[in-house]
Amino acid sequence: MSEPLVFRFDVDGDDFTSAGQASVQVKKNLRQLGLLPEIIRRVSIAMYEGEINMVIHAGGGKAEVQVDNECVTIILEDKGPGIKNIEQAMQEGFSTAPDAIRSLGFGAGMGLPNMKRYSDEMNISSVVGEGTKIVMKVFIR
Amino acid sequence: MTISTIKELLDAEVLCSEDSLSRHVYSACGCDLMSDVLAYVKDQGVLLTGLVNPQVIRTALMMDILAIVFVRSKMPTEEMLELANENGIAILSTDKRLYEACGILYSNGLVGNKVKS
Ligand SMILES: Nc1ncnc2c1ncn2[C@@H]1O[C@H](COP(=O)(O)OP(=O)(O)O)[C@@H](O)[C@H]1O
Ligand SMILES: [Mg+2]
Repeated sequence: MSEPLVFRFDVDGDDFTSAGQASVQVKKNLRQLGLLPEIIRRVSIAMYEGEINMVIHAGGGKAEVQVDNECVTIILEDKGPGIKNIEQAMQEGFSTAPDAIRSLGFGAGMGLPNMKRYSDEMNISSVVGEGTKIVMKVFIR
Repeated sequence: MTISTIKELLDAEVLCSEDSLSRHVYSACGCDLMSDVLAYVKDQGVLLTGLVNPQVIRTALMMDILAIVFVRSKMPTEEMLELANENGIAILSTDKRLYEACGILYSNGLVGNKVKS
């Protein structure tokens, strides 16, 4: 693989029922590529939490997953409200999610910490009123 | 513990992936909070939950969870069953409550999973 493989997804922000579909597809694609289950699991979880966040906090966005010989890179980009205080958002338990989201099983403030835990590198850039871009890397070896 | 033992202990109905009943699970988690599942659960486990929505199946899929037990006779939709079936995740439904169902499995030797830091 000299050229990285790229998978792109539009993440629909109107429908919570479909949230997570892109991550399901990525998991399928990575299994077909024959990556180690542990790597696939880490990529899937990190992306899944990020995808859910785009749906509940940002009205949807775009996801891109690149696979090369070294690592899997997940890029999540939205035009949502942005994150005012990233350090605070990264804390376990911090959440601005409404109760309706909590009753669906999310909104416990564990998403960003989970994304950090399961990726090897994570970088968040966010501008209030403009949107958020999160890049995560999981090294294959 | 095999999935088929879980079915018997909980007097549960198997809704899909019947062919996976002989598989072994090594850990369990009783939880309605999917983010906690994503944070702490090990693979090859069983998830017991009272929450029924597509994200429960997707969460299990992300975590390589082998079986989901819906408590209090909750029934998943066709779409949820389809996704589970495609991925070989067994879906069980029991009329027991979450606390009771977890207690039964625990006292029969299926312990929880250690929190990894
Ligand atoms: N893509 C995003 N756009 C805007 N805000 C976000 C985004 N992702 C996360 N946040 C903010 O960071 C907080 C913490 O996120 P997270 O740890 O995933 O917890 P939760 O999603 O359960 O609220 C969210 O409550 C929200 O305020
Ligand atoms: Mg979140």
